[in-house]
Amino acid sequence: MIPAAFDYKRAGSSEEAVALIAEYGDEAKFLAGGHSLLPMMKLRLAVPTVLVDIGRVGDLSYIDDRDDHIAIGALATHRSLETSELLITECPILAHVASKVGDPQVRHRGTIGGSLAHSDPASDLPAAVLALGGSLMAQGPNGEREVQVSDFFTGYFESALSDDEMLTEIRMPKAPGDSWNYQKFNRRAQDWAIVGVAAVQVQGTTQVSLVNMGSTPLRAAAVEAALAGGASAVEAAEQAAEGTDAPTDLNASPEYRAHLARVLTRRALEAAGIS
Amino acid sequence: MEISVTVNNATRVTDVEPRSLLVYYLREELGLTGTNVGCDTSSCGACTVHVNGESVKACTMLAVQADGQEVTTIEGLAPSADQLHPMQESFREHHGLQCGYCTPGMVMAACSLLEENSAPTEAEVREGLEGNLCRCTGYHNIVKAVLACSGQDVS
Repeated sequence: MIPAAFDYKRAGSSEEAVALIAEYGDEAKFLAGGHSLLPMMKLRLAVPTVLVDIGRVGDLSYIDDRDDHIAIGALATHRSLETSELLITECPILAHVASKVGDPQVRHRGTIGGSLAHSDPASDLPAAVLALGGSLMAQGPNGEREVQVSDFFTGYFESALSDDEMLTEIRMPKAPGDSWNYQKFNRRAQDWAIVGVAAVQVQGTTQVSLVNMGSTPLRAAAVEAALAGGASAVEAAEQAAEGTDAPTDLNASPEYRAHLARVLTRRALEAAGIS
Repeated sequence: MEISVTVNNATRVTDVEPRSLLVYYLREELGLTGTNVGCDTSSCGACTVHVNGESVKACTMLAVQADGQEVTTIEGLAPSADQLHPMQESFREHHGLQCGYCTPGMVMAACSLLEENSAPTEAEVREGLEGNLCRCTGYHNIVKAVLACSGQDVS
């Protein structure tokens, strides 16, 4: 399969990328690693007439220690997250979840910014980022703005980014130590999660997110409230499907997904040492 | 669009359509048909090549994205026409192939794996090759070949 024809523009900087997107309007799309966009273009699920290649905007691949948070350039690859000593020390859940995306070839090309902007509710990284909290930086024609992670995922494959904005930086709170876990349930090694659960303690608070339990990645608010109210991990995990709207597909019914969410949440909390 | 790609150490300047995928550029423009197209959906890994030394699925990358980059295909691995690369030799020695269709991709993925982890455990090899499918299900000897190539005893 070969994508439908499009014009190809290569941006040398994020400013140039934003200017190009403004010029071509909503028929244009950013191309980063291409590992979400190109498969969709091959299937004609996306048919942009212009691709603005941001893959060479070299100053967006950093992973920096900014004292109270970690700043990650949007073009950092999954592989660079997975192997970053800084992340392994200060935000180990993110390094670990990055290592569970796709397969090595995908992780060599795929980027954190691309994955978040794509906003696939079945993806690993959006849910991990949602569990951690923090914020995202978006650059548009009128400059930069900061979006809270909790406001970022707005719908099925939809984010708070407007058509003329580019995600440039991901700011994650530090969450060192062993109080975290990611449970990914799938049938084939490299597949998306049928359901996934990320649990992490951030500054003493347990935060839990769900993969593929609705049209966006979700925080398991009922589980978090139960834990905050003194419930045990086993009791809190029973609330995992509360307020979710699990999809149905060839892998699972909503009822089965709800069951998985409860079981995986219990496992994640127990493995994270949260009881 | 004109692109200049260093493929197997030779610079190739070619005019391509932006929508050309790297794998078709390699196979049809350059005649390097050692890289196979399997699923064409970035699942099977038959089209694995190296871009700047890292394994990549060439069905999920545009040729224009490889402009100015270094690409190595299965044809570029062996040091000479009468000598195999150690990984190819190890696949031959340990019968790491049956029909051979997945083999170029397996070999390229395996070389990239050892580049990142020079002495992997068996589990790490299996996980490291999760992006490559063998329809003959010949995984056991493929894993053995990779372990042997890393200098580990597989007898």
